[in-house]
Amino acid sequence: MRYLILSIVIFAFATSAKAFEIEDRAVFGEMKDGPVLRIISTADINYFTPMIDAFRRFRSDVVIEYTVASSTEIMRAVYDEKQPFDIAISSAMDLQTKLANDGLARKHSSSLTQNLPDWAVWNDMVYAFTQEPAGFVISNKILEGLQTPQNRQQLINTLRQNPEIFRDRVGTYDIRKSGAGYLFATQDARVSDTYWRLTEVMGTLRPKLYCCASEMIQDVIDGNLAIAYNVLASYAEKSPHSDKFTIILPSDFSIVMLRTLLIPVSSENPQLAAEFLDFVLSETYPSGVSPLLKTRSLEDATENTLYRIALGPGLLVYLDNFKKKNFISEWESAILQD
Amino acid sequence: MTHPNVRGSIRQRLLVMLLLSAAGIAILLYAVVQSVAKQVVQESQDNILAASALSILDSARVIQGEISIDLPYSSLSMLDSVIDERAFYSVRLNDEFLSGYEDLPRIANLSDVTEFQSASYLGEGIRVASTRRSFTTVDGQVYLEISVAQTLTGLNKSITRISQISLAIGFGFFVLSVLAAVVIARSTTKPLHLLTRSVSRRGPSDLRPVAAPVPTEMAPLVVSLNNLMKRLQNSLSRSEDFIAEAAHRLRTPMAIVRTQAEVTLMRIEKEENRQAIREMIRAIDETSRTAGQLLDHAMVSFRTDSLMKETIKLDELIVDAVHRVSPISELRDVEIELQTLDKVVLAGDPILIQNAVQNVLDNAIKYTDADTTITVSLVRGTEFAEISICDRGSGFEKNEIIHLLKRFERGKNASGVVGSGLGLTIVDEIMRAHDGTVSLQNNKGHGACVILSFPL
Repeated sequence: MRYLILSIVIFAFATSAKAFEIEDRAVFGEMKDGPVLRIISTADINYFTPMIDAFRRFRSDVVIEYTVASSTEIMRAVYDEKQPFDIAISSAMDLQTKLANDGLARKHSSSLTQNLPDWAVWNDMVYAFTQEPAGFVISNKILEGLQTPQNRQQLINTLRQNPEIFRDRVGTYDIRKSGAGYLFATQDARVSDTYWRLTEVMGTLRPKLYCCASEMIQDVIDGNLAIAYNVLASYAEKSPHSDKFTIILPSDFSIVMLRTLLIPVSSENPQLAAEFLDFVLSETYPSGVSPLLKTRSLEDATENTLYRIALGPGLLVYLDNFKKKNFISEWESAILQD
Repeated sequence: MTHPNVRGSIRQRLLVMLLLSAAGIAILLYAVVQSVAKQVVQESQDNILAASALSILDSARVIQGEISIDLPYSSLSMLDSVIDERAFYSVRLNDEFLSGYEDLPRIANLSDVTEFQSASYLGEGIRVASTRRSFTTVDGQVYLEISVAQTLTGLNKSITRISQISLAIGFGFFVLSVLAAVVIARSTTKPLHLLTRSVSRRGPSDLRPVAAPVPTEMAPLVVSLNNLMKRLQNSLSRSEDFIAEAAHRLRTPMAIVRTQAEVTLMRIEKEENRQAIREMIRAIDETSRTAGQLLDHAMVSFRTDSLMKETIKLDELIVDAVHRVSPISELRDVEIELQTLDKVVLAGDPILIQNAVQNVLDNAIKYTDADTTITVSLVRGTEFAEISICDRGSGFEKNEIIHLLKRFERGKNASGVVGSGLGLTIVDEIMRAHDGTVSLQNNKGHGACVILSFPL
């Protein structure tokens, strides 16, 4: 391998002066005098390595330090501590938007960014480079013989008609713990009130609540869950056991999350950051699908059922204390019916 | 011709004033459009901000004695629906901060009406709308205050676009005004040019009043011009009357003086006295001839002013004229030979034409050398009938030919010959009155020709 990966576990960094918590860290290239690009990201190292390799094929002199952290820790690092990261990559669109809205992202525009579709860019600060739809992940074994629900209404009916199959075997995000789960739930609720009916139906089946998509997928594979609701198709597809489940993008509407990147104002090397950003975008567009982050299900989906979450101040609404409290209490009363 | 004392130009002044005022109006137009549009744009931004703030206020409810707010999605999303715009808000209960951006600038002394202010926040210019409403909770009467703010990207974009548009409007207006100004300036001075042309086209003795229609503003000028011409005509005709009168009164005494001088000449024997008397007679002759021609000229002026045309047989008229001058020609031993004599009939004043032919013949007899022949011919062409009278004298000097038709001009070779210098002038006036021309030319060999040409 031409580059050196340093994987360091959280505990190693707990002793460092940094107050925000990191999950993983890797350095591509040898730390010498060359320019360093510091990326903080919610995506796993493996997930992003191909993109970094591709970039370093053009700029082998650049050392890339890749730090993995949760979206709230990224927020803390960039928003509160103003850590000198050059690129922030996150799936939390609301937090990325808040960073930009509150003046913590640098404006960048180039000939490349001029031609992006409207939904892919906000205020020349936040740039989307993936489209990842959320859908149902259904266990092939447990639902054998049943008609596969293709949209939320059919899912409601299936759940209602087969409580014996689904009791204790329905999983979804615990929106109190998961930022992504909260984002999907709020957008679901915004598009259609079917969401609330579905949540209530799930509530009657003693649903299991998860912090993370990976655990949910694992439980479907293990046969503990018959169905997981609002799971990123891109995650599920990557599972080595994807033959055990079916991913359904609901035909009424599929919420599409956009993974975004931005250049924090605290960047010490904004020129290089801009170059990296343009590179990622050039790999992504105009095909709309990053070669690294291909989503098979997205290719099958029809454009008019895709509901892309809109970047912009509308997302800030759900970060509002009152709003969040109201929404979560409404959600709790629907899903926790014991 | 004297050059007028020229200062400035009406057209230029008009043009400059029109252009200056057009430029002024264009700039004013630009400023007005811009300021009105800015106001409109600002108002529309304010309206959106107010709508956003009110929608948040409307979402507020008192639940179990406590205020609860359910921020509508649209309250912030509407702020960047068209152009990406950063948005901020703050919610306060009385002075206690509840939610949003705590350090967002507040408007002091907020009343119950939505108020707006421009401020700077997080390094960018923003526009803030604030509104409040009173609620009754367990704590009694409280005020819920909502502020919503937005960056000015869209506003500035609109203002830039409006600036460009209003600049284009102003410039377009100016260009149109320039075209209009050029046309206006030209059409304003057109009547002046027309008047100038019609006056300068006139013949030398045309002193009729200007009759063509003119604009009101030029009427006084035309009235003055007409008056001036009338006065000129009056004084001209008075002076001609006076000259005619004077000449007439001179002639009779002159005739008496001449007769007496001749009688005296016969009586005197002494050669040097006789010589003196002869000189005297010669001077008297010259004076009476001048008086005669002045009378002729007055007559010609009168008759040409009111030309009475009759049918004239030109050939007969020439024969008659030659016959009349024969006494003088015989006196000088000059023979007059009639050559080609075509039959020509035309309309004209016989007395005037007779006078013209006779004048030319007189001149020829005067200036030809003794014992020579003057040839007279009348040739009928296709467009003109030409009378040529050629002598055998010393001819005209080339550079004098044009001047000879003026009053009292005489050729350089005229010294020693009796004459007033009026002869050819009279001929010229008569010919003009008949739309004809006089031309003078030297013969190839010897002598000169005067050609009277009448249109047929």
